[in-house]
Amino acid sequence: MTDLVAEALAGRRRALARLLSLVEDDGAEAREALARLCSRTGRAHVIGVTGAPGSGKSTLVAQLAAAYRRRERTVAIVAVDPSSPFSGGALLGDRIRMHGVSADPGVYVRSMASRGSLGGLARSTWDVVQVLDACGYDTILIETVGAGQTEVDIARTAHTTVVIQVPGLGDEVQMLKAGILEIADILVVNKADRQGAERVAAALAASLELANTPADGDGAAWRPPILKTVATTGVGVAELADAAARHLAFLRSSGAMEEREQARMAERLRGVARERLLRLVLANAGPAAIEGLVARLAAREIDLYGAVDELLAAAGMDPASGRRAGVTGEPQRRGDRANG
Amino acid sequence: MIRILIAKPGLDGHDRGAKVIARALRDAGMEVIYTGLRQTPEMIVAAALQEDVDAIGLSILSGAHMTLVPRVLELLRAEGMADVPLFLGGIIPEADAAELLALGVRGVFGPGTNTDDVVAFVRAQAAAT
Repeated sequence: MTDLVAEALAGRRRALARLLSLVEDDGAEAREALARLCSRTGRAHVIGVTGAPGSGKSTLVAQLAAAYRRRERTVAIVAVDPSSPFSGGALLGDRIRMHGVSADPGVYVRSMASRGSLGGLARSTWDVVQVLDACGYDTILIETVGAGQTEVDIARTAHTTVVIQVPGLGDEVQMLKAGILEIADILVVNKADRQGAERVAAALAASLELANTPADGDGAAWRPPILKTVATTGVGVAELADAAARHLAFLRSSGAMEEREQARMAERLRGVARERLLRLVLANAGPAAIEGLVARLAAREIDLYGAVDELLAAAGMDPASGRRAGVTGEPQRRGDRANG
Repeated sequence: MIRILIAKPGLDGHDRGAKVIARALRDAGMEVIYTGLRQTPEMIVAAALQEDVDAIGLSILSGAHMTLVPRVLELLRAEGMADVPLFLGGIIPEADAAELLALGVRGVFGPGTNTDDVVAFVRAQAAAT
């Protein structure tokens, strides 16, 4: 077995590609690799680009990558597309819009399937970003799946979140709704050569006016700029790259970077713990116990919360405290004292 | 997870065949990286490398296969990726197909191919690597 981590760090792209697959597929090897790479991460500027399907994310990401290349920065692009809920397969088509940068040795493009995650990214997108960061890419652009209103995971992953709007997708009330517009560090009206672009920009500006920006006299709050782009021709892309750089500088100078980093890590810790605990509980309870519970649930013999109590008990945990139960394998009722 | 690159090298604009195959592989539970039209051999090999694919499928209807395919094979070897199976679809005369298979192409699928056959072929190739 070759040492993929050492080879990837030495700049061998095939080793990096393999390492990314390992991380996507999870497992012990992936975890060991991530542990080794951890101390080298935290250098890249991670920029998320999100917006509705067809709003121009891929095209804009490719243009942004080209803009960063002109500034002599290396770029990694992580483009996420949805997996089929039926077959588990996926058609990853973001490279179609990335011809201009796809053979540039300073750009690494990786397509990812969402593999059942619903927040706009894949479960392992963060880990993939860590690997690319450790391998020295200066700027990492993440393109989310075509997002609606609630795919906001990107804000917990990127330093700078760019939300794309396009003309013709509804009125001003859409912009007052909670969700995706709230996570924007930079707002982009793409396809700005189309009719209605001015109105979208004006509506965004009006909605920002209503926003409750924390009042602080020293002007330390970040107000998301509203930029107009035409991704197909590159109009406005340099300004977008400038705005992203200004946002990063703001994060660093205002102390918001540390704050976000703390929030990000707290979220990650909870997420990974949640996933690991669930896996352990299911494995410890065993398929027979789970099957039995499912059958009783379907027959309405037991309610969901009672079933989870029994599941935890079957996994050897006291349902109330989560501590290890004295007796394993035997179903217990809520409130029973397992440790006497 | 099986990851497959489907690409269309050369200048013809007929991508229906490539899309049908991409869709069939997707429905078979694979992750298909679809690059679209007008890919150079360099772009195809760069994509295959970065995406760590288990196999590469090229769709060619322009008649340029005897130039494009050997070039892709050569670039794959140069990147140390000769082990990644390459298969072709499109209009490729039998004599040319035989020559390309001798050069290292693993499969050639002509018009009228059943997509199930392509899925089975790709599964077998991916399992062998």
